[in-house]
Amino acid sequence: MSKTVPFLVGVGVALTCCAAVAAATPIKVGVLLPSSGVYAGLGNDQTLALELGFDEFGRQVAGREIELIYADSEAKPSTGLAQIKKLVLRDRVDVVVGIISSAVAGAVRDFVHNAEVPLVITNAGNDHVTGAQCSPWILRSSFSNGQISREMGPWMAAQGYRNVFLMAFDYAAGHQAMDAFRDGFVAAGGTIAGEEYPPLGETEDFGPYLAKIRATRPDAAYVFFAGGPAIKFVKEWAAFGLHGEVQLAGAGWLNSALYVGAQGDDAEGTLGILNYVPSIDTEENHVFQERFQEAHGRPGSEFGVAAYDTARLIVEALEATGGNTDDKTALAAAMKATRFDGPRGPFRIDPATNNVIQNVYIFEVQKQGGGVAAVVQEVIPHVQDAPNGCSL
Amino acid sequence: MLLDPGFLIVQTLNGLQLAALLFLLSIGLSVVFGLMNFINLAHGTLFMAGAYLALTVVRAFDSFWLALLVAPLGVAVLGGLLYLLLLRHLERADPMRQVLATFGLIFVGIEVVDLVWGSLPHTIDVPLLLAGSSTILGQVYPTYRLFIIALGVLLFVLLYAVLERTRLGAVVRAGVDNRSMVAALGINVGAVFFLVFCLGCLLAGLAGAVAAPVFSIFPGMDLSVLILALIVVVLGGPGSLKGVAVGALIIGIADTYGQVVVPEMARLTVYALMAVILLCKPAGLIPVRGVH
Repeated sequence: MSKTVPFLVGVGVALTCCAAVAAATPIKVGVLLPSSGVYAGLGNDQTLALELGFDEFGRQVAGREIELIYADSEAKPSTGLAQIKKLVLRDRVDVVVGIISSAVAGAVRDFVHNAEVPLVITNAGNDHVTGAQCSPWILRSSFSNGQISREMGPWMAAQGYRNVFLMAFDYAAGHQAMDAFRDGFVAAGGTIAGEEYPPLGETEDFGPYLAKIRATRPDAAYVFFAGGPAIKFVKEWAAFGLHGEVQLAGAGWLNSALYVGAQGDDAEGTLGILNYVPSIDTEENHVFQERFQEAHGRPGSEFGVAAYDTARLIVEALEATGGNTDDKTALAAAMKATRFDGPRGPFRIDPATNNVIQNVYIFEVQKQGGGVAAVVQEVIPHVQDAPNGCSL
Repeated sequence: MLLDPGFLIVQTLNGLQLAALLFLLSIGLSVVFGLMNFINLAHGTLFMAGAYLALTVVRAFDSFWLALLVAPLGVAVLGGLLYLLLLRHLERADPMRQVLATFGLIFVGIEVVDLVWGSLPHTIDVPLLLAGSSTILGQVYPTYRLFIIALGVLLFVLLYAVLERTRLGAVVRAGVDNRSMVAALGINVGAVFFLVFCLGCLLAGLAGAVAAPVFSIFPGMDLSVLILALIVVVLGGPGSLKGVAVGALIIGIADTYGQVVVPEMARLTVYALMAVILLCKPAGLIPVRGVH
């Protein structure tokens, strides 16, 4: 008896395991995120949230296990292209998600388009990805640069700001954000006090530019900086005496939840616009924030939310196809038809561009408890890009 | 904008602050060039090393002041090792070999930094004591930047006193003027040079640590400042302390104004200025007398 019990358990385990294998092959999801290089931090944030999303929405559809296969893009175009080829050709993944850097998105575009494998971009915001270079196989669950900044111009004009100074680093994202703001602001009757585009990746001393902004005496400045430079910009803004003299506003990454704490009081009063702030008061957002906090001991960010929603998009689309991944056209169509209420609010894919249609939140950084946090001033619902040369 | 006194004051202060950093960075380069006729292109790498050492110390011990002490000393040791292991053997080599070897070191430095600290840009906080701003000539200005300017002035005075008033200074001045004559007098020029070299590295490391809270720290941060430092040295006249100070002032202010007044030609302003000055004074603004 004492020998037969383990034996029977063993047979049982063997049978279930083989039965499962016989029942279905796993659904393979390739994840192309940088775990080294410039954007390793953001890649890591999205990896954690993506895993959380699959925990939440299911790791199994129609009896098939969802298997995540990771590849490190290093945020470099050449590595990203090599890695996505490996995922598609060797690992034979059914769908790819990820990509932080717009340069990587640009590099893999033609390969994905020709390989006819669905790709969901979870960050890279270059307008052209869902504009002139759009593809029926490439969806974006994050944002486009123009989508974030466009609504801020009319809003600030309506608040009575007449003369605004623009500043961002001299690269595609910086120019796209400023162009989107300028178009809306000028159309609403505002004037541009001046524009500065310091080179990206040089010594990055903001001093000379801050002196110029103060000398041109604008009502406000609209800027786009993220990460380390964003922290430094906000602190230097205050140190040069501009805090309280000129209203600072920015594409919301300026005060991302990831580091607004480090900016502290210097960030107070800054205006921002973004597709997500942690304080959104909905059931879906509370669940996301609680789970993320529980698992990782810090609040979830806008980067995390895009990955979390992508997990849900994949699971719900697979449920719609009954777990069938052989027909990629049907799978892509199911992904485009998926809509739900996520932490950001209503989420759906624009059939005209494959970019996400989502709410955009205008916030002010205010003192809260011991620190500062973004407090929503206005919600602009269902922000949608113009086709921008895309015809799907 | 150029008629706005507030802008002029703040931007001139920005220029002085950059000049102070360029002075610290260039002085070692200049004295080594003057004393040994040796161009050490890896000098900028030592500046970067200073910034990264400061970053590491701040992260480990949360003290900027400790970093300000450790980083220059660490860089001086690093520079000393570099000299003993490599540069010493190139002293009598032709300039092309010196330039190529030290040019190669720039890339080694960038790769090593990338491997150890990663390519993500880092920043460190301004120390609490110097955080915030002060009012100077009616203008609000970051206190930390005033500290950089003061440090530059202090070190100029200190180095000037050493060079003009001490025996070491006399030997260095004589060595720049005529090296073989000094050696013939029985002075160990090699040892003096080594000391001066390490001191130059120490100042480059200090510049890196001081610049860390103002600049971004990233692999390759040395390249743009190295070019400015080389211009400062050539402009001032190699081997001349006063020349470096004047060169740093001119380049610091020209670069700061150029960036925002004529942004399309930001770097051009500096090069054009250098070309004009060298056309008029080929040996630099304050050449060391008796250059052979």
